[in-house]
Amino acid sequence: MVMVKRALVAAVVFAVIAGGRVLGQGQGGFVPMGSLPPAEQIPAAPLLIAAYVFVWLALMGYLWSIWSRLGRVERDLRALGQRRHSREAR
Amino acid sequence: MEIGIQDSGQPMRRIFGPIFVVTAAMFAAAPYLIANAPYESTMGLVQKIFYFHVPSWFAMFTGVFVAGIYGAIFLFRGDPKADRVASSAAEIAVLFGLMGLVTGPLWGRKSWGVWWQWDAHLTMALLVELIFIGYLIVRKYGGLGSEKLSAAVAIFGMANIPFVYLSANIWRTLHPPTSVVPTLPSAMGGPFWFCVAAFMLLFAVLFMLRLQLENQRAALDALYLEEE
Repeated sequence: MVMVKRALVAAVVFAVIAGGRVLGQGQGGFVPMGSLPPAEQIPAAPLLIAAYVFVWLALMGYLWSIWSRLGRVERDLRALGQRRHSREAR
Repeated sequence: MEIGIQDSGQPMRRIFGPIFVVTAAMFAAAPYLIANAPYESTMGLVQKIFYFHVPSWFAMFTGVFVAGIYGAIFLFRGDPKADRVASSAAEIAVLFGLMGLVTGPLWGRKSWGVWWQWDAHLTMALLVELIFIGYLIVRKYGGLGSEKLSAAVAIFGMANIPFVYLSANIWRTLHPPTSVVPTLPSAMGGPFWFCVAAFMLLFAVLFMLRLQLENQRAALDALYLEEE
């Protein structure tokens, strides 16, 4: 009988200690911002703006590149045409 | 600066102006529509990158298909016009691929916590971009016969597109599956398809300009040959 009582007391004590630990998990206090996972700390607006700006810069850069290449080829075409014209005139 | 193709320039020249105006108007309206689209529940503001990240891949894939198909026509028929179309489309595919590859990591940094993940979908998308950068390098520095080699590269690049598209559905990847797009609620789907249309028109505008450059180069080469 004494053994049974001791076993019951031990079981209750264990349940209180273990239960307290389990219930205490995640309730240790406020979680500071710095300890959040990286995905939750990063502000979204700079990333969105950077993506938008990149698309526009790439587009403008490419348009400028086509325009300058086209201008160069057309200049060469005109120069060649003039050279040919002056040769035919002679 | 005149816009058009030497052989069939008139129709192209006629439609360039209206397409350019419509594209400019759509790009002016797009930020307003994107700003008014609802926030996605888990990603919030950063998800709005979606409205120009995915359309840039649509335009990239279009460029890749045009380059691949016209590359094949050039290989099998030897038509130089097809080669000019393929090389113009390939350069624009690289531009849109670059937009997708830069905007994707900016979105992923917030949504996934990492800039990049070497999973199947992202790696295959990078691979296609590298194949087409290779195409441009071959065209520029390959010398005589580089047209045929680059046409084969374009066909090879095009063959990768179904794998890029399906990889997000087949393999385990951080990237959302392609089923996201057909299941978009109308408040998000409206602005999204508007942006897709704007990017496809932008593709058309850039393609016409780039093709004009290729045609003028061909005309210049023909004149030089006549001189010699």
